[in-house]
Amino acid sequence: MISELGHFALCLAFAVSLFQVVVPLVGASRGWSDWMGAAAPAALAQFLLVGLSFAALTHAFVTSDFSVRIVADNSNSLMPMLFKVTGTWGNHEGSMLLWVLILSIFGAMVAAFGRNLPLGLKARALSVQAMIGGAFFAFILFTSNPFDRLDPAPVDGRDLNPLLQDIGLAIHPPFLYLGYVGLSMAFSFAVAALIEGRVDAAWARWVRPWTLAAWVALTIGIMLGSYWAYYELGWGGWWFWDPVENASFMPWLVAGALLHSAIVVEKRSALKAWTILLAILAFSLSLIGTFLVRSGVITSVHAFANDPERGVFILAIIAVTIIGSLALFAMRAPAMRADGMFRPVSREGGLVLNNLLFATSAAVVFTGTVAPLVREFMDGAKISVGAPFFDLAFTPFMVVALVALPVGAMLPWKRADLGAVLARLWWAGAGALAIGGVVWGLQTGTALLAPVGLALAAWVILGVLAELVERGGFKRAGLAGGLRRLGALPRADWGKLIAHAGMGLTVMGIAAITAWEAEDIRLASPGDVIPISGYDIRFDGVSQGEGPNFVFQRGHFTVTRNGAPVAVLEPEKRVYPVQGMPTTEAAIDTGFTRDLYVVLGDPQTDGQAWAVRSYVKPLAVWIWLGALIMGLGGIVSLTDRRYRVGAASRRGPAAPVAAE
Amino acid sequence: MRRALLLTLALMIATPAAAVQPDEMLADPALETRAREISKELRCLVCQNESIDDSNAELARDLRLLVRERLTEGDSDAEVLDYLVDRYGEFVLLKPRFSIANALLWLTGPLAFIAGLAVFATYLARRKPRAAEREAPLSPEEKAELEKIVGS
Repeated sequence: MISELGHFALCLAFAVSLFQVVVPLVGASRGWSDWMGAAAPAALAQFLLVGLSFAALTHAFVTSDFSVRIVADNSNSLMPMLFKVTGTWGNHEGSMLLWVLILSIFGAMVAAFGRNLPLGLKARALSVQAMIGGAFFAFILFTSNPFDRLDPAPVDGRDLNPLLQDIGLAIHPPFLYLGYVGLSMAFSFAVAALIEGRVDAAWARWVRPWTLAAWVALTIGIMLGSYWAYYELGWGGWWFWDPVENASFMPWLVAGALLHSAIVVEKRSALKAWTILLAILAFSLSLIGTFLVRSGVITSVHAFANDPERGVFILAIIAVTIIGSLALFAMRAPAMRADGMFRPVSREGGLVLNNLLFATSAAVVFTGTVAPLVREFMDGAKISVGAPFFDLAFTPFMVVALVALPVGAMLPWKRADLGAVLARLWWAGAGALAIGGVVWGLQTGTALLAPVGLALAAWVILGVLAELVERGGFKRAGLAGGLRRLGALPRADWGKLIAHAGMGLTVMGIAAITAWEAEDIRLASPGDVIPISGYDIRFDGVSQGEGPNFVFQRGHFTVTRNGAPVAVLEPEKRVYPVQGMPTTEAAIDTGFTRDLYVVLGDPQTDGQAWAVRSYVKPLAVWIWLGALIMGLGGIVSLTDRRYRVGAASRRGPAAPVAAE
Repeated sequence: MRRALLLTLALMIATPAAAVQPDEMLADPALETRAREISKELRCLVCQNESIDDSNAELARDLRLLVRERLTEGDSDAEVLDYLVDRYGEFVLLKPRFSIANALLWLTGPLAFIAGLAVFATYLARRKPRAAEREAPLSPEEKAELEKIVGS
């Protein structure tokens, strides 16, 4: 009964979305304020209805109602409650419902908090938002109904894919969807601005927080996915350039560019058309990301739904969205005049360089991801594009971006004296070169990866410090005065500093783990000691046991360093009998300087020896901590007073904001 | 059908990730290091974009052994790769070779970057005269018009 109500609420939400497409749009073009005003209540109603529908589905999962098909397929009565709840979106239908739920939450937020938005812009943006929603409601209702019943209902469910029974992966999709769908807000505002034909600083001020929020969510979502791969897939890889990873990485790159270009629109009223284009591209790539995951076109490690019929439906949605918005862009963009003038060497110029590099690297990832498809379609040739390609084709652009970052971040607006900025950065540069030199001297080989990577990381982090010193004006204001000045910096500036430092830390982790990881693969019998990078890992044996819905074999390892105990590591091999599926649970001792990582392999036929893989991964944790810090920077920036709801209307004209 | 597919897929990912097995490894550490590096460039043909170094599939194991066999026979790294491409086609390479057909793949990055720079340069160049125009002194007719408006 509750499931039928959920289905019905979803149908109603579809109807409301159609209303929300037409009425506000007509109202906005005719200037009828009551028609425009219908957008906000419609968006709220849509949110309530989708919320009800999602609650109904969650209820079915929580109560293990196996008469609902996707519950029977993806849940099990023995599963821990946490995974019953997260199982709601651990399947195709449920994840699409989560997608539209988040979409409707964003719409409702605009409706509720957008009181100071111009009525016409708000009506049009919500109408565009409802077009996206309507398309996905139709997709769910016609091809992927989550409330399908089974008759007779099975006694028990077939269990959730064991790989998804993990807290990291359970909360990974909601974050990614927050990111993808958050970019729909930037898209809706961009299309609304194109319809209206006006883009100004106020528009940018509205778009930026949505983009920022989406970017933060994507950053955290990608980080979670990467960390999950690191500890769950069993060999400590953290990025595979897998199509599904690329699908989330492309919107992240473009959203990163969009964040930076929106600053130029807001502060200097330039790059308007380009910013609109980025907003369209960012969301288009999010849709393509959905397409890559949902259709069977590119199957990959994490694609858990393969169905070409649905793929065609989503392909149609994507084609209409992209072609429609780009056509609108082509018609309206030439009319957008930029007012702000600037020289190539200026903050604006630095942000343009950032945009070029991010957009180019997104293009590289895109061609790399679709090249096998395109080649197969064009001449039937089968090619593979994997990590070695991306490492070579993508990295150079990021290296240039990192070299330019500290300089661009300190350039003044409009026109800048490059020499003066470099003079203030000299000690950061010297420090980075020194670190690179020391690393080069310490290592035995001639590989450039570690020295260059760590020097780059140091350059970015020291650059942030140099900027702090500069902004504090410690030379004139003294220590106390300088700190006071730093405390008074706008939150957006702090956000920028934190995010850039996070980027530097991630690069540090990547360089260290790639260059210095130590690996040992061997057959070990209980009592054997594995020496690796100064640690001694003693194999104490294997025990067996049973979890709530799995059985496991657990290896016991004691790690010592110069005889002093360091950690006890207990990697597991699990088998989930319902799906007959084994998983590997690596044991990791996480530290700020290194991770110790042990995986238990297969037993040998003699029953004594086991295949054991041990790793020491230097600075590994910084890859994800850095990403978290980047996200934190975004959140700090979001709390800047000029984005606060109603800030502009309450306080009158915004207080002059220091240059970012 | 879909169920079966899912299950195969699931089994494929989930097989414990003991990719390189201890018994496959070569005694000579230098040779083994080369084998690992080469393995990272080669695709496990039955997997989704996984290298034979990462994959646990039977075929990946066969390929790993093949790579090591060629190396012990004295092949150079390039010869090993050529040998595998001859047998399995370019599909086996995770980094496609540069060719006319793959030109776009390899050149996207540099071309996009150069094109972007060019667009930006023209944008800046075109903006200058327009700004100069804006600041240009008024023509006599405009002056007369201004006089009329201000004067009246």
